[in-house]
Amino acid sequence: MQVGREELLHIANLAQLELKEEEIEKYLLHLQDILNFANVVNNAPVEDLDITIGSNKTKNVFRKDEVEEFKDIESLLQNAPTKERNMFKLPKVIN
Amino acid sequence: MAREDYEVVMGLEVHAELSTKTKIFCSCSTEFGAEPNTQVCPICMAMPGTLPVLNEKVVEYAVKAGLATNCEISRNSKNDRKNYFYPDLPKAYQISQYDQPLCEKGYIEIEVGQEKKKIGITRIHIEEDAGKLNHDEYAGGSLVDLNRAGVPLIEIVSEPDLRSIEEVDCYLKKLKSILEYIEVSDCKMQEGSFRADVNVSIRLKGDTKLGTRTEMKNMNSFRSISRAIDYEIGRQVQALDNGGKIEQETLRWDEVSGKTFSMRDKQDAQDYRYFPEPDLVAIELSEEYIENIKNNLPELPESRRRRYLEEYHLSEKDAGIITSSKYLSNLFEEASEICGNHKAVNNWIISDISRILNEKEMDPIEIPFTADNLAKLVILIDKGTISSSIGKKVLEELFEKPRDPEDIIKEKGWVQISDENAIKEIVLKIINDNPQSVIDFKAGKDRALGFLVGQAMKETKGKANPQMLNKLFLEELRK
Amino acid sequence: MEITELTVHELQEKIKNKELTITEINKAYVDRIKEKEPEVQAFITELTEEGMEQAKVIQNKIEKGEEVGELAGIPIGIKDIICTKGVKTTCASKMLENFIAPYDATVMEKINKEEMIDLGKLNMDEFAMGGSTEYSYFKKTRNPWDLSRVPGGSSGGSAAAVAADMVPWALGTDTGGSVRQPASLCGVVGLKPTYGAISRYGVIAFASSLDQVGLFTKDVQDCATLLNVVAGHDSKDTTSVEQEAKDYTKALQKDIKGLKVGIPKEFYGEGINVDVKKTLEEAIKKYEEMGAEIEEFSLDIANYSLATYYIIACAEASSNLGRYDGIRYTYRAKDCGDIREIYKKTRSEAFGEEVKRRIILGTYVLSSGYYDAYYKKAQKVRTLVVKEFNKAFEKYDVLITPTSPTTAFKLGERSTNPMEMYLSDICTVSVNIAGLPGISVPCGVDSNGMPIGMQIIGNKFCEETIIKAAYAYEQETNFRSKYKPTFKGGTK
Repeated sequence: MQVGREELLHIANLAQLELKEEEIEKYLLHLQDILNFANVVNNAPVEDLDITIGSNKTKNVFRKDEVEEFKDIESLLQNAPTKERNMFKLPKVIN
Repeated sequence: MAREDYEVVMGLEVHAELSTKTKIFCSCSTEFGAEPNTQVCPICMAMPGTLPVLNEKVVEYAVKAGLATNCEISRNSKNDRKNYFYPDLPKAYQISQYDQPLCEKGYIEIEVGQEKKKIGITRIHIEEDAGKLNHDEYAGGSLVDLNRAGVPLIEIVSEPDLRSIEEVDCYLKKLKSILEYIEVSDCKMQEGSFRADVNVSIRLKGDTKLGTRTEMKNMNSFRSISRAIDYEIGRQVQALDNGGKIEQETLRWDEVSGKTFSMRDKQDAQDYRYFPEPDLVAIELSEEYIENIKNNLPELPESRRRRYLEEYHLSEKDAGIITSSKYLSNLFEEASEICGNHKAVNNWIISDISRILNEKEMDPIEIPFTADNLAKLVILIDKGTISSSIGKKVLEELFEKPRDPEDIIKEKGWVQISDENAIKEIVLKIINDNPQSVIDFKAGKDRALGFLVGQAMKETKGKANPQMLNKLFLEELRK
Repeated sequence: MEITELTVHELQEKIKNKELTITEINKAYVDRIKEKEPEVQAFITELTEEGMEQAKVIQNKIEKGEEVGELAGIPIGIKDIICTKGVKTTCASKMLENFIAPYDATVMEKINKEEMIDLGKLNMDEFAMGGSTEYSYFKKTRNPWDLSRVPGGSSGGSAAAVAADMVPWALGTDTGGSVRQPASLCGVVGLKPTYGAISRYGVIAFASSLDQVGLFTKDVQDCATLLNVVAGHDSKDTTSVEQEAKDYTKALQKDIKGLKVGIPKEFYGEGINVDVKKTLEEAIKKYEEMGAEIEEFSLDIANYSLATYYIIACAEASSNLGRYDGIRYTYRAKDCGDIREIYKKTRSEAFGEEVKRRIILGTYVLSSGYYDAYYKKAQKVRTLVVKEFNKAFEKYDVLITPTSPTTAFKLGERSTNPMEMYLSDICTVSVNIAGLPGISVPCGVDSNGMPIGMQIIGNKFCEETIIKAAYAYEQETNFRSKYKPTFKGGTK
């Protein structure tokens, strides 16, 4: 499949990335290259096969509904660039 | 065209928070109202390297909800990631279910007027709630609180079977009561544990093709849902009448202005890129597991309603009102059991309690007093300790500051006067003061007795035993 | 022999015989790091001071006659993708430059419980995306056998640190070959266990359905010992598998008579370097001499696997890396007016080129219109790969292939052409796709004196079989006594 510039920008936008002009050129080329190679999956004999999600066939792994408190809240907030009153702080989000 | 020329087609997406003790993928508490970021851990804060582990109760509760709404339960199910960026979504994906929800193809029966109608349930799936953004009133920024992130939800998606505001209202109330009955959600709308998004489209009557729909969010009461739908229908009718088109979009209801606003951020085309969650294994439910839940399902409102008709001989209307809420229904059953007078309890619930709830815009779950309190109130009246008019005052008091009704009447000095001598004294006084009424009574005007009793009541501030008053007045007047 | 040249089992022997103390051992390693780190550049965070403190505490315990574990005081190096509480865990990214993990990964809890000493966090390709460790935000690690060459990747820091004797063993992670390939390029033993054998909790995710913690050791015996420590079910990782506790050192046996070895001929075809091919053929001959039954067969999945790998790994990565949004961890771009700007600027500034490339590819294959053609197809091909391996393991106990098509390449040689870099995973990725265990053992050197690795692949949860096959070969050939890193080609 051919990847166009607009499409690349749309994808970058979905991924919340901002590409510089020279990056656009480069990524277009690389993406095309990789997709051309990745296309081999479309020639694989897989008509009757199901999908595989993970390697293990284990099912139904659950947790009991029991409260366990995480004590070191401070350590969860310590890496935040900005915080206030124990909350992560951002410019105003409208919506 | 007039509004009546259009048919309204609506479907609902209801999010109900499940009342598990812990979050869906970690062991943090789900308790409402904690200080910001105190019910969090590395997992629900999406710290790098953390992994989810599914809470078994979440699956159980969702299956319960599915069974109670006549759904087929999927034997094979899985979780999927829904990817999007928003500050209240710390992983930048929500773990939800995409193509294999736990429950599918169910329905709920509603009754509007005398008409019964089945509303289809497309699916019920499990997912995690997002955190909360608080506006920072000091510095004008937004503050992210992740206490709610990871609280388990079920999303109940209906078919576009709803045709009127009344139907929507009825469907939502029925759904809410079912979820309350099976005890999977407390459905407190004010706390956001029961939220409905409404898809609305209109088409000319007789058309078979569906119109373009809009999705409305952010309504937090039944009243605002009705208002929002009403507004949106009006907006769509007007748009079409003016030759315009309806755009498919998500709208936010604004309670204050009573209008809807477009939510879409134009530069953000949505593409959620769902894919199977590789950090969780598949869910496979056995026949036995499902049967077991089915057999232990609590009694549903429908069945309770029938029982009330047969066992207690309540009227259709009363049984309907009482069973519409698990809390009212439980109050009825428990109080009746204690005081042995279900007729009186029924009357209290149907008349005064319902009226007060309505006036205060309260949900039955918020009733502050216990079934024991209500039963006591009935007993006090039955024993003649207080009159029923004092009873009403006691009930008001129970809503204000719930405590033992006996304490209330003592404190307030509301104990009924049932001492025959004391009452006789009052009767004689009233007869003495109202000679004209005595003459009227003797001339055959029965209404005069009512007046005299009323005067006696006034004299005693409602505390005199009314039966005794009646009896003694008659005795004296017939002398 | 220098202390730092010893294997862990040799160190244990000398501790037991009172020839060495814990402090002496750690001092030797700390000195070695001081000496070699400027050349090799394997560490992102050195924990040598903390390590010496800990060594003294343990030595004290021993002197007071207190009971300590068999591995107490043995140093280790940890790939900087594994969360270590209270210590920086950067994933070699500007995004997490100052990120202090609020908790320990499950494997770290196990290491700590043994009272082993973490001497530092090791360099890697940013978020484990790469095959040369050149995509680290912080530094480029050198191959101790030739400092002008790469150590492989993504766990290049771990491989180089073990090869350079800066730590006796180390932990890495392997999503498509990130343990086996650098082990091969640095001439050490590298094991990637079965998917689910070791907990992933606390291991920063690249591709969740493929990631697995792996081990770097000097020899196969140490590999079995370390696997005993880190393997096992963890209730915090639902993809980790419950199985009875095993003692992998029991598999250290030299007798492999009758071992059925499959040689998938497609893994020896085009693109495999001549020296690599020749050395592998010699190794296979050696197995034959030792009594193994060798058979060549067709396993035509390498290209499918590689394509599938890049689709699935990138798709999962694009989602796993969404959380780096500038809100909760360290880096946030300056002067952002609104949240969209925070997202875009932060992610564009703090992710490196390769990471962004893979996020874009992953977002693309998941986006509407392409999901079925790429992602869903890849998941089906995954089933095909599993099936083909299952067929092979009906006939064979182990499969033997080269670990890497080439030996270590020069720095900068492949970093400009992503497709070329991706092809260096051609021998290893199918093992991750199928979730199998694979071990790389050194089996010779090329004409430049650069080490060559042999990959032994086993069936699911048959770590013992590949450990045994590797051990028997190692005992027979004794690579370590013949070859040593020379630290040639340095700039100073």
